[in-house]
Amino acid sequence: MENLIGLLVAAPLLGAAVLLCGGKRLDRVGHWLGTLLAAASFVIGAVLFADMLGRSGEHRALHTHLFSWVPVGGFRADVAFQLDQLSMTFVLLITGVGTLIHLYSVGYMEHDERRRRFFGYLNLFLAAMVLLVIADNYLLLYVGWEGVGLASYLLIGFWQHKPSAATAAKKAFIVNRVGDMGLSIAIMLMFTTFGTFAFGPVLSSAGDAGEGKLTAIGLMLLLAACGKSAQVPLQSWLGDAMEGPTPVSALIHAATMVTAGVYLITRSGAIFNAAPDAQTAVVTVGAVTLLFGAIVGCAKDDIKKALAGSTMSQIGYMILAAGLGPIGYVFAIMHLVTHGFFKAGLFLGAGSVMHGMNDEVDMRKYGGLRKYMPVTFVTFGLGYLAIIGFPGLSGFFSKDKIIEAAFAKGGTEGWILGGAALLGAAITAYYMTRVMLMTFFGEKRWVPDADGNEPHPHESPKTMTIPMIILALGSLGAGAVFSINDTFLKWLEPVTGHAEGHSPVSALTVTIATMAVLVIGVAIAWSQYGRRPVPAVAPRGSLLTRAARRDLLQDDFNHVVLVRGGEQLTRGLVQIDHTLVDGAVNGTATAVGGLSGRLRRFQNGYARSYAVSMFGGAAVLIAATLLMRAV
Amino acid sequence: MNPVNYLYLAALLFTIGAAGVLIRRNAIVVFMCVELMLNACNLAFVAFSRLHGNLDGQIIAFFTMVVAAAEVVVGLAIIVTIFRSRHSASVDDASLLKL
Repeated sequence: MENLIGLLVAAPLLGAAVLLCGGKRLDRVGHWLGTLLAAASFVIGAVLFADMLGRSGEHRALHTHLFSWVPVGGFRADVAFQLDQLSMTFVLLITGVGTLIHLYSVGYMEHDERRRRFFGYLNLFLAAMVLLVIADNYLLLYVGWEGVGLASYLLIGFWQHKPSAATAAKKAFIVNRVGDMGLSIAIMLMFTTFGTFAFGPVLSSAGDAGEGKLTAIGLMLLLAACGKSAQVPLQSWLGDAMEGPTPVSALIHAATMVTAGVYLITRSGAIFNAAPDAQTAVVTVGAVTLLFGAIVGCAKDDIKKALAGSTMSQIGYMILAAGLGPIGYVFAIMHLVTHGFFKAGLFLGAGSVMHGMNDEVDMRKYGGLRKYMPVTFVTFGLGYLAIIGFPGLSGFFSKDKIIEAAFAKGGTEGWILGGAALLGAAITAYYMTRVMLMTFFGEKRWVPDADGNEPHPHESPKTMTIPMIILALGSLGAGAVFSINDTFLKWLEPVTGHAEGHSPVSALTVTIATMAVLVIGVAIAWSQYGRRPVPAVAPRGSLLTRAARRDLLQDDFNHVVLVRGGEQLTRGLVQIDHTLVDGAVNGTATAVGGLSGRLRRFQNGYARSYAVSMFGGAAVLIAATLLMRAV
Repeated sequence: MNPVNYLYLAALLFTIGAAGVLIRRNAIVVFMCVELMLNACNLAFVAFSRLHGNLDGQIIAFFTMVVAAAEVVVGLAIIVTIFRSRHSASVDDASLLKL
């Protein structure tokens, strides 16, 4: 069984190599080859999963050592895999959702002449992402981490003929570099502290290291997670990343890659458990982001950007849960999985709507689409009910647990975090209802596009609707399946550990409060967008709305502080270079030149003057010798 | 007679030779002054040989003579060549080797 683990990565990697190097002769079959290899990876994952279920909790993890990568003295970097319950969960999510989205892309990218390349990139992403979650040390994880960053860059900028897409790709890459820097520093700190970066030794001896060092490592890991998972303050790239094709937004920027930060924090749980300050930073980032993303999501008229704000907010929930320590890890991962289903489903639904509407993304130009796209409407609707936490659907179970755990943190902190999570739930209900009402209900508001083509909304082909239906079923049932008998909790507990918190409010109270804010959020949205017709042009809106449309001024902030600041800094450095460094160099040259100009005068060509200097020198030498003797 | 007096004489001869080298312009005279300095050294060597009662100084004096003879051959050849090309034996005229 261990031998199969490597194939999880190898299958999509082979697909990427063949599709990217194969050339035009693969254009006709390339997309099916890519889908097949993604499915192969999923089947291998399922076989390993069945095998894992056959063993008891403590013996489920598999280890395999492929080869020694960099053996230098005491430094050992191995290519070795570890497949435990946490990795398994991710492998199934990544390859499962990945396969569905490959299938969806067959239809979605049908008219794109570079479809083969697109599937090559998607396979590359799958390989890197699976490598990230099955690596057994931080260095190999870093390889996967950079790999998904590369794939994300390539796919955001896939339509590189649009300057906006090319810019968005660069923005995502550069912002991610800041986070990657954090991860590399964390790995270096681990090596100096523990002498290794394999998960086993680092995490088992994490308690022995000093708290200061662990806090430093934890904060650097948090920085990495912020970059990859689009958390405040490194969140600015996610909205622009929606420039990529919609399947990419669904797979990479909603279901899988952006959750890598949650994986990193959960995997490094032992480090965070021993560093309370770092944990406080994690929950703060999570709570701030879940509100930040939700507020941004409320103001966007672009359906994909509204969903991107929602993704940011939902990952904020996961980071918050992961920062709570053992009371939250399991629920962070559970929400991650259910979110993978419903958010991928929502994005695919959005893609289906765009497909039928000539790639229009402005929700103010949709309206009344439920009659034209029944399958999209039902699947999107199920995703919608799941994300707002409608009782019985998957989001209800996972989000409720996180809110409970936030209250269970205890003390003032618990009330603040719980309150933020509840408020977030209300805003989620509001903005998702808004998306739903603007897209599928009300009067039709669509207008001919710039070329004068009237959109003819129609249902998407089977290759697109089937993945949407499967994901909708996941949104419908995953939460219940995970929660009945605490199945998911028992499954993950051996890896992440679990502790029951002592909540000041009972679970029932939390559920009732969640339901209440849900109803309030939906009601406000309905009174604004359901009862009244939606204006085709966005009203000016309040100060907060206008700020939220500009992503709460995050780009302006980055521009003023980082871009301008960076420019000032470089100008200053150039000035210093000119005056100080060049000054020293030029000054030395001038001094040497002047000195040699004077020394040159001695070379006058008169043999007698040379003789004088010789005699004079000899006289001085003799005098000095005699003087030394006398002393 | 006290051998130290020979050392005084050698010093005097050397000084005269050195002064001649520095002051005179005629290459032949400069050359003769160099010879004077060499012979002053020879005298000092022989005087020291006598003072110390061994033969080292005398042997070195012979060496000096041989080297001086060889030097005269080369030096006179150079002076004659310079005189042929410039019609002057002044050392100050031959000052081309400078920056």
